[in-house]
Amino acid sequence: MPAISSTSHRRMAIRQNNVTRRVSTMTITFHLNGEEVTLPDAEPTVTLLDWLREERHLTGTKEGCNEGDCGACTVMVTDPNGSKSLNSCILFLPQLNGKSVRTVEGVASDTGELHPVQQEMITHHGSQCGFCTPGFVMSMVTAHKNGATDHDDQLAGNLCRCTGYAPIIRAAEAVEEQPVPVWIKKEGTELPAPANAGEFSPRSSDELAKVYADNPDAVLVAGATDVGLWVTKGMRQLDPVIFLEGCADLKQIEVTDTRVRLGAMVDMNAMREVIEPLHPSYGEMIRRYASMPVRNAATVGGNIANGSPIGDNPPALIALGATLHLRKGDSRRDIALEDFFIEYGKQDRAAGEFVEAVSFPRQADTLRVYKISKRFDQDISAVLGAFNVTVDNGTVASARIAFGGMAGTPHRATHVENALIGQPWTEETVTKAMAEFGKDYTPMTDMRASADYRLDSASNLLARYFAEMNGETTSVLEVAI
Amino acid sequence: MNDLSNKGPVAKPLPHDAALLHVTGKARYIDDIPMPVDCLHLAFGTSPIAKGRIQSMDLSEVKASKGVVAVLTADDLPFTNDVSPSIHDEPLLSDGTVNHVGQPVFLVVATGHNLARAAAKKGKIDYVEETPILTMDEAMAANSRFEDGPRIYTKGDPAAAIDAAPRSVKGTFEIGGQEHFYLEGQAALALPQEGCDMLVSSSTQHPTEIQHKVAEAIGLPMHAVRVETRRMGGGFGGKESQGNALAVSCAIAARHTGKPCKMRYDRDDDMIITGKRHEFRITYRAGFDNDGQLLGVEFHHMTRCGWAQDLSLPVADRAMLHADNAYAIPAIRIESHRLKTNTQSATAYRGFGGPQGMVGIERVMDHIAHDLGLDPVELRKRNYYDAPNNRVRADNTTPYGMEVTDFELHGMTDQLLETSDYAARKAEIAEWNKGQSRLKRGIAFSPVKFGISFTLTHLNQAGALVHVYQDGSVHLNHGGTEMGQGLFQKVAQVAASRFGVGMDVIKITATDTAKVPNTSATAASSGSDLNGMAVKAACDTIRDRMAEFLSERHQCDAKAVKFEDGQVIIGDDVMTFEEAASQCYQGRISLSSTGYYKTPKVKWDRIKGQGRPFFYFSYGAAITEVVVDQLTGENRILRTDILHDAGASLNPDLDIGQVEGAYVQGTGWLTTEELVWDDKGSLRTHAPSTYKIPACSDRPDVFNVDLWDGRNPEDTIYRSKAVGEPPFNLGISTFLALSDAVSAFGDAYPALDAPATAEQVYTTIRRVRDGV
Repeated sequence: MPAISSTSHRRMAIRQNNVTRRVSTMTITFHLNGEEVTLPDAEPTVTLLDWLREERHLTGTKEGCNEGDCGACTVMVTDPNGSKSLNSCILFLPQLNGKSVRTVEGVASDTGELHPVQQEMITHHGSQCGFCTPGFVMSMVTAHKNGATDHDDQLAGNLCRCTGYAPIIRAAEAVEEQPVPVWIKKEGTELPAPANAGEFSPRSSDELAKVYADNPDAVLVAGATDVGLWVTKGMRQLDPVIFLEGCADLKQIEVTDTRVRLGAMVDMNAMREVIEPLHPSYGEMIRRYASMPVRNAATVGGNIANGSPIGDNPPALIALGATLHLRKGDSRRDIALEDFFIEYGKQDRAAGEFVEAVSFPRQADTLRVYKISKRFDQDISAVLGAFNVTVDNGTVASARIAFGGMAGTPHRATHVENALIGQPWTEETVTKAMAEFGKDYTPMTDMRASADYRLDSASNLLARYFAEMNGETTSVLEVAI
Repeated sequence: MNDLSNKGPVAKPLPHDAALLHVTGKARYIDDIPMPVDCLHLAFGTSPIAKGRIQSMDLSEVKASKGVVAVLTADDLPFTNDVSPSIHDEPLLSDGTVNHVGQPVFLVVATGHNLARAAAKKGKIDYVEETPILTMDEAMAANSRFEDGPRIYTKGDPAAAIDAAPRSVKGTFEIGGQEHFYLEGQAALALPQEGCDMLVSSSTQHPTEIQHKVAEAIGLPMHAVRVETRRMGGGFGGKESQGNALAVSCAIAARHTGKPCKMRYDRDDDMIITGKRHEFRITYRAGFDNDGQLLGVEFHHMTRCGWAQDLSLPVADRAMLHADNAYAIPAIRIESHRLKTNTQSATAYRGFGGPQGMVGIERVMDHIAHDLGLDPVELRKRNYYDAPNNRVRADNTTPYGMEVTDFELHGMTDQLLETSDYAARKAEIAEWNKGQSRLKRGIAFSPVKFGISFTLTHLNQAGALVHVYQDGSVHLNHGGTEMGQGLFQKVAQVAASRFGVGMDVIKITATDTAKVPNTSATAASSGSDLNGMAVKAACDTIRDRMAEFLSERHQCDAKAVKFEDGQVIIGDDVMTFEEAASQCYQGRISLSSTGYYKTPKVKWDRIKGQGRPFFYFSYGAAITEVVVDQLTGENRILRTDILHDAGASLNPDLDIGQVEGAYVQGTGWLTTEELVWDDKGSLRTHAPSTYKIPACSDRPDVFNVDLWDGRNPEDTIYRSKAVGEPPFNLGISTFLALSDAVSAFGDAYPALDAPATAEQVYTTIRRVRDGV
């Protein structure tokens, strides 16, 4: 499953023992391939993919994995902020309220003229078995509309087992200079007014605070990149569900001279735009954190609130000294992010309390974030290390080092930090500090990595950090011929 | 009409026949077929344990679950409870024992796909657990195997040769399995017909096998079952036998309910239930002289076959048949153990054991080159089989006694070394590595010689059915299936060329057991070789009838009638193909014909390992460059150069597409694709979140692929060669390049195991560098 979560909820088990409530439906309006659709009784956890295929008989959009990892179900969704690719298999219908959806059936013109992406995919033999092709076409159509030419990244969430990708990239390159067809260009210029979806689809954090306080058992859904799997894989019935998509104020980003504050509903691509210029290494990690369609859905708040030990953001944010802003009803509190994670599956969050934002101080960029996984793109980390060491006159002044994948929660390497602080910033100090990792972490063995490898590579990442801060080339991704 | 200068559409780089349908979302796969009214949906309840007996089953909650129409167990099956493609050892539903985690135990029939899935999780089954046999070591210790003992192929006296050799190496090499990860999961749909007949649509490489198993399961002759397959969303061998369970379930349920039934696996179910590429452990000993000339090699193959036999015997055979790869080995012994374990039943996967056998000898060559400090390409060239025009060796036969008469690799290797600038780059890499402590680059070459033909000789046959309608349009049908490889287009190019018409005249149609019977699986890379020839035969029969009739009318020699450019030229007269068809129809000429082909020359004894299992060999060569990081083992490909032999290609662009895709898939097998089972036998990597096939950025930064300008010396369709499986083996060059990079960290031979994940590379670097 994608490494990202987008909801906060930990009382499902209790609720599930109660009598099942009636599933509360919602009214939503959106555009589908240019046509307005209003669903008066949308079930909150029906996925767009199932609805397209089973209700609308639009079978061009495929189910490959049903968990957002293969991209066969990719569609283009447009809202006032623009067009983005999303995985329709883990996208619930109410998330579309007021938006416009385009599927592979709606990419050619009304008269049947092919989109240049479609034509170039034919010309360059970009399809073999063809099953992944509609998803690729939609990712490419979206990238083309947005003028994006970082094709590997745009397509990181689309798996193809036949072609080896080379012909698909040739097609994407051939499309770069071609104009966006008028019928795609105008997508989103006239969005439908969102239907009033009711109290479970709040329009602000104030409304959310109220409905969540009244319904502390509700499941909060932001981007659904984690909760989606509770439904598609866990076969769980979720009710009630609160959709946060409409809470515009939770999408706010504030960058001042002293702090950066990211609302809980800021998606990972929006976050990357903010982070990249301040902390490029962290920006690059966010690129690798998940594929484009997952990053388009996943949110800052969800990735923290679900408390995953392998979420990629918390270690980096902890290394930056981040503060978490929580709210319950009208009361708010701030805690250090690292204190939020109590133990595996347990966070410092009361019933009805939700993440409103996370913030961190502006600082000189000494942060480096390293993600170790079997595959570079769209993979869950075996180890995620974040290092933030400041050096004053050759002596380590401060050290904030945090890891994911090394314990039941995102966790600071206190012993390592202490072995560095006050010491000369030398290879000798680093070597000594590397031996301290075993005191901070007792990682486990699983299908991603062995405990030994996790511990070794974690401590080696400190050596990488030291080398990188000395200006050396340290990553295989930087080597080109 | 065999004139190669005027082949019509043959050899043209036309796009895939369904490319337009693919890019517009209109190509129909099983789950896209408009749902028949009242269609029901199926899901399996599966075993959570690896081995045991069912003590009691309480399915009341399953039956009470929303939308459930019926729940079937083995007791409800009316006839044969078996979906095995080989020896009837694979019950559709558990017969009381379970033999792997994920084995189907009961079948849910419900009104919706998700309703069936949800209900299937509600079974309450008590098992008496038994100790499973999970590993190859456990299986060897328990003598748990298929066949009565190991198969052994021997040539000469390798033990004596190795013992007497100036130098020798030995080692053990682990080779992981591989999940197919076809993007379209397994799927089938059954429509009950009058009189209990059954119409089945299946995502299968083997419609005849589906027909056979469905007929057995519903107690009717094969004539009562018709199976249709228009296309698959990928197969790679994973749909050769693994679709049987779904198609049979649909037919059983359709018979039981009288309603159409559809079944498709959710991705996790697909990965947990179905078989994968066979894991191998290869132990070797090789003797050679100081120039690197091989004197003797011994291989000990162990392969984990899983719980049922499926196709494991011919898979393990093919591994033995590729233990020589491109090298003339004077004395060799290959001992092969086919081990039975309580895991998914390993099955066909592109290369069918060939890649495992081949990577074994490539590992040996890598080890020897390291031992001698000799350039690995030079070592390989010294041991190549002789080229047909330069015979030097007294003995140019394979370990199984087949004369190698078509060896192309001398010329191909020289050409690739030059176009890839191998020598200069190797020197530059060595220099670069000296200046680096943490990162090292590596480069490696690997050749491919892959045997073409089903080793079960009777499968080397194919049929076709071609109709010419009175308006001159052509209906094309044959026994091959389309899984993305472009078979339908290549064969249509053959048909268009035989009639001298444009591609728009040819209608490609779904594979259908009612049109062409008794087909073999589309497997073993045989699709275009077999079906192309069968279609050619059918077209030529019709064309000859047309020519005879028209020449009589026009008072000329039938041999002088030409079919080209959409026209029929009869002496001095010219008419359109449409007119010709119309005249023939009015002249009461049959414009329909079957066609049939069987591969000549193949005959061998698989027990002795002697004879000619292959009609010919396909060749290829690759050079891959990588970079690795000693701190983490992270690695990636920088550049790949490939030269591949498709003979006189029927469609060079589609063939290059096969080569590019196969290389990346082969690389995935040996690098990031790691299957992990826990100590209870449960597969922990059962979704793309945990099982990592190559993504877009994993392809080489620089990726040069070219076809060898060759021509099959054997009489294949337009002298082309099979291209499906052979280039998969080119991925071995990636593995060897990683080994080369790792060897830059120390003096010891890396002895890298596969898959070479970052962790595996890291561990191996430590061993090479620190001896730990």
